[in-house]
Amino acid sequence: MDRHHKDRLMKGVLWGAALLTIAVLVLIVGFIVVKGAPAISWEFLTEKPLRSGRLGGIWPAILGTIYLAGLAVLVATPIGVGGALFLTEFTKETKFTKLVRFGADTLNGVPSIIFGLFGFAFLVFYMGFGISILSGGLTLAFMILPTVFRTSEEAIRAVPRWDKEGSYALGATKLQTIWRVVLPQSISGIVTGIILGLGRAAGETAPIIFTAAILNPIIPSSIMHPTMALPAHLYTLTSEGISMENAFGTALVLIAMVLAFNFAISILRKKKAIRR
Amino acid sequence: MVKMELSGVNLWYGDFHALKDIDMKIYKNKVTAFIGPSGCGKSTLIRCLNRMNDLIDHVRIEGSISMDGKNIYDKDVDVVTLRKNVGMVFQKPNPFPINIHDNVAYGPRLHGVKDKKRLDEIVEENLRGAALWGEVHDILDRNAMSLSGGQQQRLCIARTLAVNPEVILFDEPCSALDPLSTGKIEDLITQLKKDYTIVIVTHNMQQAARISDYTGYFYLGRLIEFNKTKKIFTNPDNKETENYITGKFG
Repeated sequence: MDRHHKDRLMKGVLWGAALLTIAVLVLIVGFIVVKGAPAISWEFLTEKPLRSGRLGGIWPAILGTIYLAGLAVLVATPIGVGGALFLTEFTKETKFTKLVRFGADTLNGVPSIIFGLFGFAFLVFYMGFGISILSGGLTLAFMILPTVFRTSEEAIRAVPRWDKEGSYALGATKLQTIWRVVLPQSISGIVTGIILGLGRAAGETAPIIFTAAILNPIIPSSIMHPTMALPAHLYTLTSEGISMENAFGTALVLIAMVLAFNFAISILRKKKAIRR
Repeated sequence: MVKMELSGVNLWYGDFHALKDIDMKIYKNKVTAFIGPSGCGKSTLIRCLNRMNDLIDHVRIEGSISMDGKNIYDKDVDVVTLRKNVGMVFQKPNPFPINIHDNVAYGPRLHGVKDKKRLDEIVEENLRGAALWGEVHDILDRNAMSLSGGQQQRLCIARTLAVNPEVILFDEPCSALDPLSTGKIEDLITQLKKDYTIVIVTHNMQQAARISDYTGYFYLGRLIEFNKTKKIFTNPDNKETENYITGKFG
């Protein structure tokens, strides 16, 4: 085989790899849509499950997932963005900043079931929060914290030095420069990190099965109550063999929520690209 | 009349001794030019005059730089007020990626001007002051990044004027501009010296000769010669200066 052919062969193989990536996505989403669509109805989306989910809907699980992911983002955002601002704008590169960054990256690599176990032991029992939205939301917040932190840090670091200098040269304080120059320019990157975290928090099962999720179809009225959640409900429907049709219906709702988040990110990214 | 006076200024970046025993005077309502080959310390020095080097890690400064008799490196000096009084225009035009009006209003807003009508007046007055009003008066709501490089630089000058500084520092303001835009900025600087004290760093010797009243020649972190521009360019005292300005070196 001559060199020219080798090049073409390589291009073909790589093209195949790229195609396979999109094919996996299409296959999974397509499969879920085809198998899940028959279960979807207005009642399925708005009513409580009956007989463990064999009948009825998944409304308490949708609501629970919104509560859990929402709480996780509410807690992780100020900590993650605040930490990122500190590292980028308030301190020099030191052993401490390297340690913080290393810590965040390590936290990112911790399996989600470990977060679940920690939440169970620390939040549910030691702190006495019980099986509750609070325990589950905090556990998810710990899990997505590194994502929010690192994405925010990248976004803030990408704000050009000369824009900040321009602000300082006009007599701006650090706080004024952060509010008026740094955050407006990095906000779409920061929001991207938050939405990535939101998607992950909505989809993970392991952190919530010990800390927040129950099978009882109640609508929680307090942050101290347990709740149903989509991934946990899906797990139960499948593993207990309750209803495959409703399991796929639940999966479709969950994937639609997460894909909607990702779609929102791509819109934000495009907006950012136009600006400069 | 002396506006700023530097005495025994030394600066280190970490271990690197970037400025060595600089003594010089910046005269009020005059244009003072810093010239010299790349890496001679002229940009580093101009950034000492509004304490911009404070933003950089591992910088250490000794000696004193006084403005109207007060050392700007004293502990009780508010660096924010100092930077309001000593404005700076940078090498790369750096308008904020917001509209033209808000670029000029940025500084006044920082310092508490909220009244919309007053802001509009300030914007017009300073865009006129920077010889840009005629070109942008009907597109004030357009993003500043859509302007040409020369317009952006004049916008940055308008933005600086809007906070009423006493001294304006220009750090190679024309190095990214075409000759026509450069000419406009030079005319502007010549006009501005009526109201402001001006310091300009340039690697363009003709520019220094054209617009400055005093010139300092820097080499390897030392001020080799400081004198009236006419004297420096016709009959410099120092052989090194002569070699540089006649193009035998640099």
